[in-house]
Amino acid sequence: MSETINFTIDGVEVTGQAGQSIMQAADDAGIYIPRLCAMEGLSVFGACRVCTVLVNGRPQAACTQPIIEGMTVENDTDEIMAIRRDIIDMLFVEGNHFCMFCEKSGNCELQALAYRFGILAPGFPLQFPDRDVDASHADIFIDRNRCILCGRCVRASQELDGKGVFGFVGRGADKKVAVNAEACLAQTSADVIDKAVEACPVGALLVKRTAYRVPIGQRKYDRRPIGSNIEQTATPE
Amino acid sequence: MTETPETAIKKICRSNKNDRSRMMDIVRAVQEQFGCVSSEAMDLIAGELSITRVEVEGVISFYAFLSSKPKGKVVIRLCNDIIGEMKGSKRVGDAFRQALGVDFGETTDDGITLEYTPCIGMCDQAPAALVNDVVFTYLSSDSAWRIVRALREDMDPQKLVHSFGDGNNEDGLVCSMVHNDIRQAGEVVLSEMPCGAGLDRALAMSPKEVIRDLNTARLRGRGGAGFPTGLKWNFTRQADGEQKYVMCNADEGEPGTFKDRVLLTEKANMVFEGMAIGGYAIGADTGVLYLRGEYAYLRSFLESILAERRSKGLLGTNVCGKEGFNFDIRIQMGAGAYICGEETALISSCEGMRGDPKNRPPFPAVKGYMGCPTTVNNVETFCCVARILEKSPGWFAQFGSRNSPGTKLLSISGDCAKPGVYEVEFGVKLIDILMLCGAEDTASVQVGGPSGQLVGKDDFQRTICYDDLATGGSLMIFNSKRSPLKIASKFMEFFIEESCGYCTPCRVGNVLLKQRLDAIIAGKGQVGDLEYLERLGTSIKTASRCGLGQTSANPVLSTLKNMRPAYEELLSEPENGQLRRFDIRAALGQAESITGRQSVHYKE
Repeated sequence: MSETINFTIDGVEVTGQAGQSIMQAADDAGIYIPRLCAMEGLSVFGACRVCTVLVNGRPQAACTQPIIEGMTVENDTDEIMAIRRDIIDMLFVEGNHFCMFCEKSGNCELQALAYRFGILAPGFPLQFPDRDVDASHADIFIDRNRCILCGRCVRASQELDGKGVFGFVGRGADKKVAVNAEACLAQTSADVIDKAVEACPVGALLVKRTAYRVPIGQRKYDRRPIGSNIEQTATPE
Repeated sequence: MTETPETAIKKICRSNKNDRSRMMDIVRAVQEQFGCVSSEAMDLIAGELSITRVEVEGVISFYAFLSSKPKGKVVIRLCNDIIGEMKGSKRVGDAFRQALGVDFGETTDDGITLEYTPCIGMCDQAPAALVNDVVFTYLSSDSAWRIVRALREDMDPQKLVHSFGDGNNEDGLVCSMVHNDIRQAGEVVLSEMPCGAGLDRALAMSPKEVIRDLNTARLRGRGGAGFPTGLKWNFTRQADGEQKYVMCNADEGEPGTFKDRVLLTEKANMVFEGMAIGGYAIGADTGVLYLRGEYAYLRSFLESILAERRSKGLLGTNVCGKEGFNFDIRIQMGAGAYICGEETALISSCEGMRGDPKNRPPFPAVKGYMGCPTTVNNVETFCCVARILEKSPGWFAQFGSRNSPGTKLLSISGDCAKPGVYEVEFGVKLIDILMLCGAEDTASVQVGGPSGQLVGKDDFQRTICYDDLATGGSLMIFNSKRSPLKIASKFMEFFIEESCGYCTPCRVGNVLLKQRLDAIIAGKGQVGDLEYLERLGTSIKTASRCGLGQTSANPVLSTLKNMRPAYEELLSEPENGQLRRFDIRAALGQAESITGRQSVHYKE
């Protein structure tokens, strides 16, 4: 029997289990906290900051902050939503995201978040960085133009595939995902069935020759907005 | 018999017991021997340490002093921080460039690399440069030419040091031209203390009583954040775990601060004594002093002090004859990363990883170095600890103000006659400090380095203490000829350079912030830009993951708050409905270069 912990999110009483993060407890309670780098089954990372909430008035990442008895969490407020929107905007302008040409469109979590937030155009100037594409592998390609440095491939490859195909190199604005080889993905042990490939929330890591198996319009987030699966767990129709 | 690179690299790994957590020592040693950590070297290291190659690459590419591409036998790193620029580093840079015949970022055929580096802790004797590990101060274009000429005769930069600085800078193991520039010594840190006196008294008490003394003295961290030291130690003491660690943060990297350099040169015994007291108080047997790469010239000297303390029984087993109290200290070198001054990033670096900060909670006091309870304190804090234990909490608290007992070391640089280190009592007014250091025509003072705030004339009556102008000690003085916006831009450049890139707001937001600030400086600001800066700055401050990110927007936010008219006078209404910062020629440039012809509508 694990200890239960009571706290509030936007004034709503929530009961969670000791050891859970705010995000996990919120998920169980049917409250969606937007996220990009957090993914079930992977270690917590706390990099994208989209899940920023206020805990007793202080900013924290909901994915890394454990729940504490009596804490007050602010999630869906104008202040927090404005900050999250800024962060999503930052991710859009930092890379080269052309949704209309992207195979991931409709399945992309960044795009889906933008729709959820009603973002029609980024609020910051586009940076148009020079990023490279690695299509050396027979079945997988990396398009760094779309990478948001969430580290999901890095963690999935280490933690789920037991491989360590990906890693971060460089720092600051020059930080990027590199592969565990001198030159390219083809030199690594990456395989098309690796969990790391499907862990990518955007179109930075894709399986070749599968782009349009599901037509645009019938994809995951074309049907239901991101987060709706969580929001529906607590209030079944 | 000559050793192959492969054998040499394997030997380096094995001398570090193929221990992954000693990665920094391994890659530094490889870099020193071969001028870089090449692709082949990364493979070899990864093989020896049983980790992936990309992990090694991740570390190499994180630290400014490490490189995967070959560099010259000699690397000249000219400090280009704001104080250096004010003192003429651009002219010095031009001289280096001409003398060497290469640009920054390049290497000459005879093996001299020229680079820029952020603050190296020598703002009181700027312009300054590192030539390999050797510090050159008070540079001029003449001395730049002289250095290059001499290097071409003999590639050993140490041989160019003909005169030494004061105090221990003259010591045979330091042999440095660096000056201490101690302008005002106070009673607490920069006065004499008999070696071992603090430790003796501490060991006569129980660990709990030692912590109680710190609480009574109300000692707070001297690095800038001001967390109560006794509280931190108590958390670490009470945390579960057999193995605990004491770490000294000597990664002094905040531009404009250099007081730890002076403490390490003159008061190393006091620092180590404070660490040993910490070990006793929290129940740790190991201390690590994380020394910034820029201060490598102090390393052998510090090692010799450690050896001396071991021989006197002040370190080692049964310290000072105290049965069962074993404590020793090792020095961990950094490799050029400001972020490693953030305590959890410092721990990551000591563990042989990229210097990324860690998620909190858990806090280091519970789960720090190698997953064990760890206390990380500033160099000056450990000095205060040693004095409090030697004298008494009451003695300590007689200095300073009511809520901020004790003294503070200030590193003062910029537009003043007497830059250097000043030990002042907390509660001193900014205006009095300006008098003390001979500052005239002062328009603004950056208190606490770039992550602090720029205060203008109206605030010169404010006091240095935890309740008002809290600071790790960096005070940069600017006269009326300096533009606050350009100062802010320079500081943003620093944060962009030094961001680890882990979290979105700091990695992306600061680039955007500087872009808009620079547009305003260039006369392309328009109404609404200040609200944009404020909103963006607030998002960075609120959502960033660590202290660096949370303070990185301060250069803009604090000048917006304290110097708003300087911004407002540069703003105007858009012309012809076009964004003022939109440059049609630049926007068309790339397309024009691809098509090979000029735009029909927008000709030159």
